Amino acid sequence: MNYEAVIGLEVHVQLKTQSKLFCGCATEFGAEPNTRVCPVCLGYPGVLPVMNAEAVRKTILSGLMIGCKITQFSKWDRKNYFYPDMPKNYQVSQYDLPLCLGGAVQISGKKLGVTRIHLEEDVAKSFHFDTTSGVDFNRAGTPLMEIVSEPEMRSPEDAFAYLTALKEILITGGVSDCDMEKGQLRCDCNVSVRPVGQEKFGEKVEIKNMNSISGVKRALEYEIPRQIAALGRGEKIFQETRRWDDEAGKTSVMRTKEYAHDYRYFPEPDLMPVTVSDAMLAEIQKLLPELPEARRQRFIYQYGLPEYDAGVLVANAALAKFFEKAAGKNPKAVANWMMSVSDITTTPIQPTQIGELVTAIDAGQISGKQGKDVFAAMLTTGKSPAIIIQEKGLAQVSDTGALEAFCEQAIAGNPKSVADFKAGNKAAVNALVGQVMKLSKGKANPQLVGEILAKKLHSA
Amino acid sequence: MPEDTNRINIDHVAHLARLELTDAEKTKFAAQLKDMLAYVAKLSEVDVTGVEPTAHAVPLTNVLRPDESRPSIDPALVLKNAPESARGLIIMPKIVE
Amino acid sequence: MSLHINTITGLRAKLQRGEISARQLTQAMLDRIQAVDGKLKAYLWLNPDDALAQADTADLTKPLGGIPVAIKDVLNVTGQPCTCASKILHGHTSVYDATVIRQLRNAGAILLGRTNMDEFAMGSSTENSSWGITRNPWDLERIPGGSSGGSAAAVAGHEAIASLGSDTGGSIRQPAALTGCVGLKPTYGLVSRYGLVAFASSLDQIGPFTKTVEDSALMLSVIAGHDSLDSTSVPAPVPDYREKLNAGVKSLRIGLPKEYFIAGMDQEVEAAVRKAIQQLESLGAEVVEISLPHTDYAVAVYYLIATAEASANLARFDGVRYGARVRGADVLETYSKTRGAGFGPEVKRRIILGTYALSAGYYDAYYLKAQKVRTLIRRDFEQAFQKCDAIVAPTSPTPAFKIGERVDDPMQMYLSDIFTISVNLAGNCGLSLPCGFTAQPKLPIGLQLIGKAFDETTLLRVAHAYEQSTPWHKERPAL
Repeated sequence: MNYEAVIGLEVHVQLKTQSKLFCGCATEFGAEPNTRVCPVCLGYPGVLPVMNAEAVRKTILSGLMIGCKITQFSKWDRKNYFYPDMPKNYQVSQYDLPLCLGGAVQISGKKLGVTRIHLEEDVAKSFHFDTTSGVDFNRAGTPLMEIVSEPEMRSPEDAFAYLTALKEILITGGVSDCDMEKGQLRCDCNVSVRPVGQEKFGEKVEIKNMNSISGVKRALEYEIPRQIAALGRGEKIFQETRRWDDEAGKTSVMRTKEYAHDYRYFPEPDLMPVTVSDAMLAEIQKLLPELPEARRQRFIYQYGLPEYDAGVLVANAALAKFFEKAAGKNPKAVANWMMSVSDITTTPIQPTQIGELVTAIDAGQISGKQGKDVFAAMLTTGKSPAIIIQEKGLAQVSDTGALEAFCEQAIAGNPKSVADFKAGNKAAVNALVGQVMKLSKGKANPQLVGEILAKKLHSA
Repeated sequence: MPEDTNRINIDHVAHLARLELTDAEKTKFAAQLKDMLAYVAKLSEVDVTGVEPTAHAVPLTNVLRPDESRPSIDPALVLKNAPESARGLIIMPKIVE
Repeated sequence: MSLHINTITGLRAKLQRGEISARQLTQAMLDRIQAVDGKLKAYLWLNPDDALAQADTADLTKPLGGIPVAIKDVLNVTGQPCTCASKILHGHTSVYDATVIRQLRNAGAILLGRTNMDEFAMGSSTENSSWGITRNPWDLERIPGGSSGGSAAAVAGHEAIASLGSDTGGSIRQPAALTGCVGLKPTYGLVSRYGLVAFASSLDQIGPFTKTVEDSALMLSVIAGHDSLDSTSVPAPVPDYREKLNAGVKSLRIGLPKEYFIAGMDQEVEAAVRKAIQQLESLGAEVVEISLPHTDYAVAVYYLIATAEASANLARFDGVRYGARVRGADVLETYSKTRGAGFGPEVKRRIILGTYALSAGYYDAYYLKAQKVRTLIRRDFEQAFQKCDAIVAPTSPTPAFKIGERVDDPMQMYLSDIFTISVNLAGNCGLSLPCGFTAQPKLPIGLQLIGKAFDETTLLRVAHAYEQSTPWHKERPAL
């Protein structure tokens, strides 16, 4: 029997704000444990939450970027469950009236639906020792957006493309840095399999603990065949939560349905609802950036870039921005140089300098091969190409007087090549060019040398 | 109103609330819970068709604060109030998932 | 010099004229506490040195400059314990000031000490305290009401000039009635709840206990006002609540809810309240009959909403970050043991009801239904206030009952809040003031006045007119 997978993703994204969702503690990664905490985010007796306006704005902006409907009346609810990483033993989240509903993420060839986006608070971080666990509450209360997809993905590749596109959008909008290593983007998968043609979903399994987008793909590449094989053996799939072990390349059971939570959601009495007025929406709409897909199209049209180049540049927001400043008169050449840069934000290079490099090559001042050395030096030193060419003594000799002297020297020293040439072997001129290059220590402009030699040999 | 208040699973409720109860407490609270539920059943007399629930006693919306960070509190106080701490962390018996 | 029997207003005059010093006054209060608190047990915690140090630096030009105030053990004061009378918070020290505490400090008040209460404000008698029972100053065999019984007894027993309590379903008004002082529950949203340990967040309000209505107005002027730390705090200007105190009740319409004179009400209570209504009429008020048709459902609605909110609010007491911990083999067992040992029976009972009411399959039938009926109760008040400027009613159906009398009958105990609960559900303001005494034994009877939302000015004006025309506020318990 042929099976197909049905995949839905729950993506948690930490919003890029100065302060936490309900208090003024800084949202800072990597601080000493329990130094970014206060009575509010520690859930001390008597404290109250006050909603961070920027977190609400960034959630709405995210919704606008992926075409969600922004809920006019949105509220918060308490999700009750006990866990040491949760200071109040309830999480403030949104149950039935999230900020954003609907929407879709475009991947090549199709749109993958988004069910909802809601704003909630992040939990603390636990560390496990032999007999105890330790909790660092610095992360507790960080604004966290949950983006729930429709179960419309059918393959690990779909999931990979969805996450990659979503991440690009969120970074472009300045909503989050989406650094998975820092936990700024986390993803849980719901995956089931069903015989092709069957409408009803199979029993779904939740997979947790993927630390990268490729990890999500790997986990699905393991889990889907596992479920299909189990069904093939006549086994049943049970609703359960499984943990992905990236090193072992396997998922294993974390908990089964019997431990299903009863979250006892109810409206958070300490927080007032948010009504999104047209004016508020208009303000946020002004912040809407050009989205990756639109930017890709513009790069192709405006700069005449090949689709591939546009894709590479747009995939990295910083690179794309840099490119637009650098493009100059020969955008294709600039794009070529830029695509080789791994992280534009850490180099001292200035956008105009890439144009200068391209001009130097186009004008024949240096060769393309030399350009590579110059570019490498530009990336590390931030010096202009002119200075590097000078420092390295790379400038090609285009002074015809000097070149003529070299050419005469070469003709005088290689009578055989001259004879060959005169006998009709036009390629023999290459040996003479080589000789000139050697005499000039590689600095001669080869094109010019060729012209001078041809002239001299014909007249001789 | 759910009629079936005879079958209150007090163990389940106590588990949800993370409350260890003695057998005597279980018997007593189960009976009192049953009484309370019988009393609140009078709400079923009230017709609430089309009535919006009241979650807040004041009709405010959009109570938001500017995104500004403020100094946190002295971590020493945080650790001092915790029953157990080490290496800057608040310590609990091992968490098993 | 028996300074302790004075009012804020009286003492302010003496302090400002330099007849007494703030230290003398604070010392007088400490002496009084020393003399009678062994009997009353209103206080849980005192720091005489700290109180005297505050007195020495008190700014007497401020509205409460030099006035000693007692604080219910449910409000956070930096460096002080804040146990909510619960074992689960034994050993916990507050690391911040509640907003009302900051306001009291700014107004020059002296924070005298912390008063007893029902554990986590759950109760109507102050018998549910892990620290022991507080007694009624009028009869030591009787309860002072609750949950703010310590704050009420402290003022009624003249161990504090004023105090703060909290009112979720009557926890200020009922003990004020039972001990013979003035207790005010402000409109929800008028006083910041930041720093008040939550029982039921959509119902809780902080308010003062005082000896007179004028003092109540003064205290309210200090603690009212918008607070950016409380999202439910209403941004509106705070009037000077004393300004219209003497405006009288002529031309005011006082509503008399027909549902509030029920069978089973103590006859002396009913007689005293009816006499008080006559008194208001004789002062020129127009008494009109009104109806609050959903009154009979208030207790049911209240116990579903309050316990559901409490079940979440009290989840944070888990022995992880603060308070007492009973260690178990793993985290789950540590939670259950800590909470099983740390909470008293009434708190457990309410957590169980609240958890049940929210749990899967019951939410719509219990919690959601209760919230909808709450809307109807609010509407009752809105409609009633189209016909009147204030409502008059009993505060409690009975005077103070005997210690232990209702401990094993939670339903009976809950029903004793029947006249006060609706006001919290509607969010309006309410006040209790003395309107007489029972004959034998002599126990105070409370008159409840209910005002429109944010119309404390009218509420206090009616209360002041009544109080000044009657002798009840001048009576003192023989201790």
